[in-house]
Amino acid sequence: MSVPSEEDDARVIPISAAPSFTEPEPDSLASFLAFLRRRVTGDYEVDEFGYDAELTDKVFLELVRPLYTRWFRVETVELKNVPEEGGALVVANHSGTLPVDALMLQVAIHDEAHRPLRLLGADLVYQLPLLSHLSRKTGHTLACREDADRLLRKGELVGVFPEGFKGVGKPFSERYKLQRFGRGGFVASAIRAGVPILPTAIVGAEEIYPKIGDLKFLARMFGLPYLPVTPFFPLLGPLGLVPLPSKWMIQFGEPIRTDEYEPTAADDPMLVFNITDHVREVIQQMLHELRLRRGHAFPPFL
Amino acid sequence: MTHTVLVTGVSRHIGARVASVLAADPDISRVIGVDTVPPLSLTRDGGISLGRIEFVRVDLRSPDIAQVIAAADIDTVVHMSLVSAPSGSGGRAAMKEHNVIGTMQLLGACQRSATVRRVVVRSTTAVYGSSPRDPAVFTEDLEPHDGPSHGYAKDAVEIEGYVRGFARRRPDVTVSLLRFANFMGPGVDSPLTRYFTQPVLPTVLGFDPRLQFVHEDDAVEVLRRMATEDHPGTFNVAGAGVLLLSQCARRAGRPSLPLLSPAFKMLGNAARRIGLVEYSPEQLRLMSHGRAVDTGRLEAELGWKPKFTTGAAFDDFLRSRGLHPFGGVPS
Repeated sequence: MSVPSEEDDARVIPISAAPSFTEPEPDSLASFLAFLRRRVTGDYEVDEFGYDAELTDKVFLELVRPLYTRWFRVETVELKNVPEEGGALVVANHSGTLPVDALMLQVAIHDEAHRPLRLLGADLVYQLPLLSHLSRKTGHTLACREDADRLLRKGELVGVFPEGFKGVGKPFSERYKLQRFGRGGFVASAIRAGVPILPTAIVGAEEIYPKIGDLKFLARMFGLPYLPVTPFFPLLGPLGLVPLPSKWMIQFGEPIRTDEYEPTAADDPMLVFNITDHVREVIQQMLHELRLRRGHAFPPFL
Repeated sequence: MTHTVLVTGVSRHIGARVASVLAADPDISRVIGVDTVPPLSLTRDGGISLGRIEFVRVDLRSPDIAQVIAAADIDTVVHMSLVSAPSGSGGRAAMKEHNVIGTMQLLGACQRSATVRRVVVRSTTAVYGSSPRDPAVFTEDLEPHDGPSHGYAKDAVEIEGYVRGFARRRPDVTVSLLRFANFMGPGVDSPLTRYFTQPVLPTVLGFDPRLQFVHEDDAVEVLRRMATEDHPGTFNVAGAGVLLLSQCARRAGRPSLPLLSPAFKMLGNAARRIGLVEYSPEQLRLMSHGRAVDTGRLEAELGWKPKFTTGAAFDDFLRSRGLHPFGGVPS
C-alpha cells in the first residue's frame, strides 16, 4: 500500500507549464491544488490519536473503494441502525485471514452512513513499521480500555472485533462460526460510556483467503499469530495474495442499549458476561440469516 | 501576605522567565534564584533581565541549599532544575547526579524547613515513555506499560518518586508536580529544537510519531499560577492537539531522511560521539511511537487553557528561526 504525497517533497509546478495538459473544471483543479498545497506545507489537522481525516478521505479510501464496489460488490443491509450522531460501538465478526473486513467496514460506514469509523486494533499492528502509522492516520487505535473510553466519550463511532486473531485466523472449515469473545472488555466500555452496541455481521470475508493450513513454525519464527496456507498461497507466490472475489454483505443489527445501566455496572462481571453472550448470539444469528440471503459466495459460478 | 520564592534552574531560559515574572508580582517580596552557573544576563547581553531577583550560585548536589532556604525564610520553592541532556561537562553521570541527587537535597531541605508552604516541581511527559502497547493519550493516573529505562526520562521518574514521598511526609505542604510536554518557542534551545533546525531530519522508517509541544509563554504562565496559588497534584501541561513528525518536517520545510531503526540508532550514537546532537535510546522510541497527553485535569484546575496549541507553538518557533514550508510562508 502506498500513500502518495507522504514522503515526497513534492513541488507545485504551474499547471500551464505542462504542454499536453487539458484543463479540467477550474474549481476541482483549484481544490486539488489547495489540497496539494496543504499536504506539502503540513497545514492540516490530525486528532490526538493521529487520525488524518483529509488523507483518509481523499487518498486512502479512494484507493480502497474499488475493492469495495467492484471486487467484493459489498451490499449493506439495515443501514438505518447506524446512529447518525453520537457514540456507538460497532461489534462485528472477524474473518478472512487478512483483516480486509476491517477496511470494508470502514468504507461501508464512511460512504453509506457518512461517519468515520474508529477501529480498535491489536497491539501487533502498532509494533510494525508502516502499518502502525497507517493505522493511526486512517483513524484507528490500540484496543485498550483508555482509548475505547476516550473515543466513545467524544461521541465517535468505534468498531471492534472481539474475536481478534482467533476469528481472523480461523481455518476455512470453521467459517461463519463465531469464536470466543474475549473478556467482554468492549461491553464494559459501552456501559461506562452509556452508548449502544451495534451488532454487525459481515458475510463474504470468509471466502477471500480460504485458510487450509498454518505454517506454525515459520509463524513463531516471525512472531506472527499464524502464517496461512491457502489454495493459492504460497503456491502462486505474490499472485496468491490476490483475494478471491467473493460476494459480500454487511448487516447492521438493532442497537443494544446500555444506557439503562449505571456506569459502575461495568465492574459487574456477571452483567458484562451476559451482555457479551447476548451480543455474540445476535451476531451468530445474523450471520446464518445473511449467509442464506447472500447465496453462493462466487455468483454466477458457484 | 508577602512571599519569598526560591527558583532553581534560574540560569536556563524558562527558569529565568518564571523568576522574572514572579519578581514582577507585587505579592512576592523576594525572589531568590539559584543555579550551578550564573544566569545569561549576568554573563553577557541577550539574557532576560533578572531585575530584582537575587542570584545565589549553589550546586544543588551539596547541602548548601538547606542554608539558603533556612536563611531566607523561603515559603515557595519552584524546582525547575531538570537537565534534559548530558552536557559537555561530566556527561550522563553528572547529569543524573544533578537531577536526582539535586532534587533529593532540595526536598530534604524543604522537609526540614518550617517556612516552606508550597513546592512546585517541573517534570516531563517523558515519564510515560513511548510504547506501541500503551494508550494513545496519557492521563496523569496511567501506569505506562514500558516505563522509561534510560536517561532523562528515568531521572524524571525517580524525581517524581521522591516528590511523592515528600508530599506524604509533609502533608501540610502543597506539592504541585507538572509534567511538561516538550517546550517550544522563540527562546527555547533544546535537543528537539536543535533537531528541527538541522538541514535534513533523520526519521525512523515506517513510523510517524505524534508529538506535542507547550509554548514557553504558556509554560511560564502555568508555573506562575502554580507558584502563587494552591494547586496540589500532578498535572500534564501541553498545547492542545498533536503534530505528526512528518507534518513538523513539512512545516519546517526540511526534507526528512527515513532510516531503518538500527541505522537511526547508529547515526544517533555517532552524532552524539562527535558532539553534534544529544541522542539517547528513548529518543528512538519517541521517534517511533510518539506520545500525547491529556490536559483536562490542568484546565479544570486552573480554569484556563494554554494560549498556544501544539501547532501554534511550533509555528511560532519556526517563525523565530526563519523556517518556512516548501514554496511559501505559513498562513
